[in-house]
Amino acid sequence: MSQFMSAATTRVGRAQRSAHSSGGFSKRVRQLGLAMWKHRWIYLITAPTLLYYLVFKYIPLYNAQIAFKEFQPLLGIEGSPWVGLQNLEGFLNSIYFGQLMTNTIFFSGARLVLGMPIAIVLALMLHETRFAFFRNVVQTITYLPHFLSWVIMFGILLMLLSPSDGLVNEIIKSFGGEPIAFLTTPNWFRQIVIGSDIWKETGWSTILYLAALLSISPELYEAAAVDGASRLQRIWNISLPGILPVIVLVTLLRLGNILQGGFTQIFVLYSLPVYSVGDIIDTWVYRSGILDFQFSLATAVGLFKGVIGLTLIMVSNQLAKRFAGRNLY
Amino acid sequence: MKTKWREEIGFQILVNGFLLAVLIAIVVPLWRVVMTSLTPLDLYNKSGVPAFMWPWDWSFAAYKQVLQQQLFLGAALNSAVITISGTALSLALTVPLAYALSTRSLPGRNLITTLILFTFLFHPGLIPDYLLVTRLGLQNTVLAIILPPAVSVYNTLVMRAFFEGIPEEIKEAARIDGANDLQILWRIVLPLSVPILLTIGMFYAVWFWNEFFTPIIYLNDLTMQPLPVLLRNILMSARLNEYLEYDAYTVSPVATLQSASVLLTMLPMLILYPMIQRYFTRGALIGAVKE
Repeated sequence: MSQFMSAATTRVGRAQRSAHSSGGFSKRVRQLGLAMWKHRWIYLITAPTLLYYLVFKYIPLYNAQIAFKEFQPLLGIEGSPWVGLQNLEGFLNSIYFGQLMTNTIFFSGARLVLGMPIAIVLALMLHETRFAFFRNVVQTITYLPHFLSWVIMFGILLMLLSPSDGLVNEIIKSFGGEPIAFLTTPNWFRQIVIGSDIWKETGWSTILYLAALLSISPELYEAAAVDGASRLQRIWNISLPGILPVIVLVTLLRLGNILQGGFTQIFVLYSLPVYSVGDIIDTWVYRSGILDFQFSLATAVGLFKGVIGLTLIMVSNQLAKRFAGRNLY
Repeated sequence: MKTKWREEIGFQILVNGFLLAVLIAIVVPLWRVVMTSLTPLDLYNKSGVPAFMWPWDWSFAAYKQVLQQQLFLGAALNSAVITISGTALSLALTVPLAYALSTRSLPGRNLITTLILFTFLFHPGLIPDYLLVTRLGLQNTVLAIILPPAVSVYNTLVMRAFFEGIPEEIKEAARIDGANDLQILWRIVLPLSVPILLTIGMFYAVWFWNEFFTPIIYLNDLTMQPLPVLLRNILMSARLNEYLEYDAYTVSPVATLQSASVLLTMLPMLILYPMIQRYFTRGALIGAVKE
């Protein structure tokens, strides 16, 4: 085995030397073939993963053609008749379209506008504290909720918000107020969604900003201190400009994903009484596709969202190159 | 100089006061769940869930009751099977791809990167995936849960970044000694990559342990469901009896049973979390600050 290997290596080496001496198409093909042969083990071990991508990522793209068909399970994906853009037009003209877009963009927009500043402030405070042990404690505790599923979050929210024995309603009752069914009241549902998302993800999202803060040269702070700059001036004039590229990148990334309303969260927390303020594109696609068997309509809407998402990501990427000097991906 | 000191102390009070407020905001909800799960029935009926209880007042009746349920134990076993097999499969598929993408001289590397990045940036949505899984006949098997999300592009790129940091000279030296890529990956790269393998393994394990949506759509049988799905039923059901044997005359109030179920579902994460924490912050940073 190893004898064969070393023989192959020598052969490759010799071929590479000779390939360099003269050009030509057949030489280059031969050279490529040899380079591929040299890496044959890598291709071999990567083949299962590539097969996985082909089956589980590219066949769904093929299946997506039913967005332009009238899908009938008995006729199959190929056999169902084409209907053009009828499914998409049906959705765009339906009463759902405006409401779903509003709710989806509201949730992702609120996460950006409210969640991001809180994360930035938390990162700055973690960076400024002089008590390293306390910093570690706060980091450990605030990262933890990121790893909890939304089902567990639902349980935690119930213990806080349940009208019968939730903590918040106990407090309201002790002040003589009427208990509120937060999760099933349209006026409260959005606040609960945004608030619980901030509670869960803020700690974890400080990681990026902290990394950027740690890469700022300490000499800048020392020089500013010598010049008599106050702590707040140092944050404003050194820390914030230092993390600005990260802020720009995260903002653009979030804008590119503006149609991601947070499916699992909404799916766990919402219920019929709050559909008007809570239903997002993804939850609607789930209900109309899997529960109501309108496969073609649901696929058309999913595809619509995918195309818009891809477009937004490409635009964001161009902006990132321009304003932050690097690609998003 | 004195005013400087005063300013510094005032500033630190503000900063640490803010951090303390954040800490309290995170801890209080978790504390409430713990206290709810430990409240004994008579205390609950008299004055509800207390803000604080001494350990000798704690009642573990709710935990005992939940852990006696065959359905709950079965769900925990299902979750363990999904998490362990899913994480193993994911790592087995992610490591080779990350290694291939970290090999700069590999012909076709850019093509592969483009093909996987495209799947990251463009999803045709839920239904095409659903049609694929049903066509392959995977419903009501573990494969329907662990195969479709097996490889995460993000995790692959983070791992690639780590592999790229391993000095080329070490690999070259092994190559001169006659090692092939397989041996280099197995004997040199992987032993040097324990932190990233733990980090990515943890990310995958968390994902599979928490997954509840695909089990809901692909598994019809209640006895096949993992813990989060059962927990969701326990939390949502107006008729708790379908999932936990329960009647008002026996041991625990509904909220106590629910919060005990929540904490038992969290438990593996809570045990794993401190052990791997120091690795994952580093691992997540590698992905964040790519050069």
